[in-house]
Amino acid sequence: MPASVFSIKRNHYYFAIFWISWSIVHIWILQDRGYGFKAACIDSVVSNALLAGISLLVITTMRHYLPRKESVTYLFLLCIGLGLVWFGCAKLALSYVADEFVINSFNESVAVRVAIAIPVFGCVILMSALRYTLEEQKEQERRNGESERLVRDAELYKLRQQLQPHFLFNSLNSISALIISRPDEAREMIQQLSDYLRNTLRKEEHLWVKLGEEIHYLELYLSIEKVRFGHRLSTVIQCGDAACEMKLPAMLLQPIVENAIKFGLYDTTENITISIECFAGDRLLTVTVKNPFDPEVTFPKKGTGFGLNSVRKRLFLLFARNDLLSVSTDEHIFITQVKIPQ
Amino acid sequence: MYKVLIIDDEPLARSIVREYLKEYSQIEVAGECADGFEGVKAIGQYQPDLIFLDIQMPKINGFEMLELIDRPPSVIFTTAFDEYAIRAFEAHAIDYLLKPFNKSRFDKALRNWLSQRNADGVTPFPSDLLSTAVQTPLQQSRVVVRIGGKIKIIPTQDIRYIEAADDYVKIHTGSDSFLKNKTMQYFEQLLDARQFVRVHRSYIVNIQQVTRLEPYEKENYIAILIDGLKVPVSKTGYLKLKQVLGL
Repeated sequence: MPASVFSIKRNHYYFAIFWISWSIVHIWILQDRGYGFKAACIDSVVSNALLAGISLLVITTMRHYLPRKESVTYLFLLCIGLGLVWFGCAKLALSYVADEFVINSFNESVAVRVAIAIPVFGCVILMSALRYTLEEQKEQERRNGESERLVRDAELYKLRQQLQPHFLFNSLNSISALIISRPDEAREMIQQLSDYLRNTLRKEEHLWVKLGEEIHYLELYLSIEKVRFGHRLSTVIQCGDAACEMKLPAMLLQPIVENAIKFGLYDTTENITISIECFAGDRLLTVTVKNPFDPEVTFPKKGTGFGLNSVRKRLFLLFARNDLLSVSTDEHIFITQVKIPQ
Repeated sequence: MYKVLIIDDEPLARSIVREYLKEYSQIEVAGECADGFEGVKAIGQYQPDLIFLDIQMPKINGFEMLELIDRPPSVIFTTAFDEYAIRAFEAHAIDYLLKPFNKSRFDKALRNWLSQRNADGVTPFPSDLLSTAVQTPLQQSRVVVRIGGKIKIIPTQDIRYIEAADDYVKIHTGSDSFLKNKTMQYFEQLLDARQFVRVHRSYIVNIQQVTRLEPYEKENYIAILIDGLKVPVSKTGYLKLKQVLGL
């Protein structure tokens, strides 16, 4: 709901100043037409106080109820109705406070007075409608801006996740180190990094790809890590022909393997082995990723954490099942298993 | 002759620093370390004048490693991408190298250090850098301590309470207690304020450990922990505790 016109203090003054000036003009006109000063004052105060009061009521009501295009006729009728109400009230009020001269003169000039009151209400209605519509639009724009910003932030976050700046810059640093001493390896690594990045950027999440293809890119990723960490990393990938032909959502395994690298390689100091085993079952593809972890540094008891929540969420969105991703530990080995229904 | 250590978990990253250092005859590479544990040991052993230090490393990161050293040498940080660290460096006007860096950028940082070193001897390490740099999600979840030659990582959820002990603080976990050369104020800032409350000038308590509060003398209280231990609570500590517990 837009803010009330009167929430701005300045508007109080404008409203008061307008009606006071209007009343003074009213008195001046009546005196011109032969009213005494007191009679003119009574007439003016009663008429204009009621006009102002009804206007106030209209402005406040419009805040809660904004007329739409289709009710223009209705608004016109409303103006006439308000004009008549005003007339009734004014007549009633005058009968209490004014003398016969004022009442009679009032009755004689009914047509003119109502003819003035109706456009006054028309203006009030139009102005407040305009004002509140503008406010509402501004509010709407603000909300749109906000939600756009949220979407943009989420996209940026996703992109950043995909590109893994830490991995990227460290890989570039390794290349920089290799260029002089082992230029062939440097060139090879640039090739691998490019293929890996191209795949990351190309893949759309809703795409289903063959496991064999996905494994190829994981091998690229792992071979880059092998250059970075030298002899510390070895990998074992088992993927039979049947499994390689099976399909899975693109980039589903990537975060699982990244996770294995993070806890198995980045957070340990020994030589380690990361294994990926793929098994083709009956209408079910099972992929098991194993990595060691350092129990001194990593505390797997802290739930499934380990950055696998996004994988779990994605599997749930795809298959409406929560049992497709499971994690377990065996001594100092962390085991992630994902099942993909075919 | 200045002694230098290169501490980075990637061998190629270390080799690039070594290569860039070749032409500096006044500098000798005393050693290379692949993680923070090795770093602590080597710094104790070689007493280097300068270390090149990576931030993200296995076991403990570069900042945690520096925390364990009583008088850290000069440091040139090298990092690939670490928003928290870079914010801390910028805040303290500390030079750092963003990987990958070229020779001229490296030379600039090193010449800077050499000229400062020649001008006023040892430049003191800005210890307030660490208190800014440790305010990362990772470091708010654990505390690294050194017991003799050993280094231990304590998850903050295992901390029952922390007690002031002269120039040190004593961190109590279920089974042990560890001394660390830091102030109470440091831990009050570091630890998650929703879980740890400074209930007394000399005590910070893990609120998940508190079973009940008992009045004790005038306006003071005593907090009874799960294992029956009693921790004094001052008047202001009591107010803070009430606020965190939502009473």
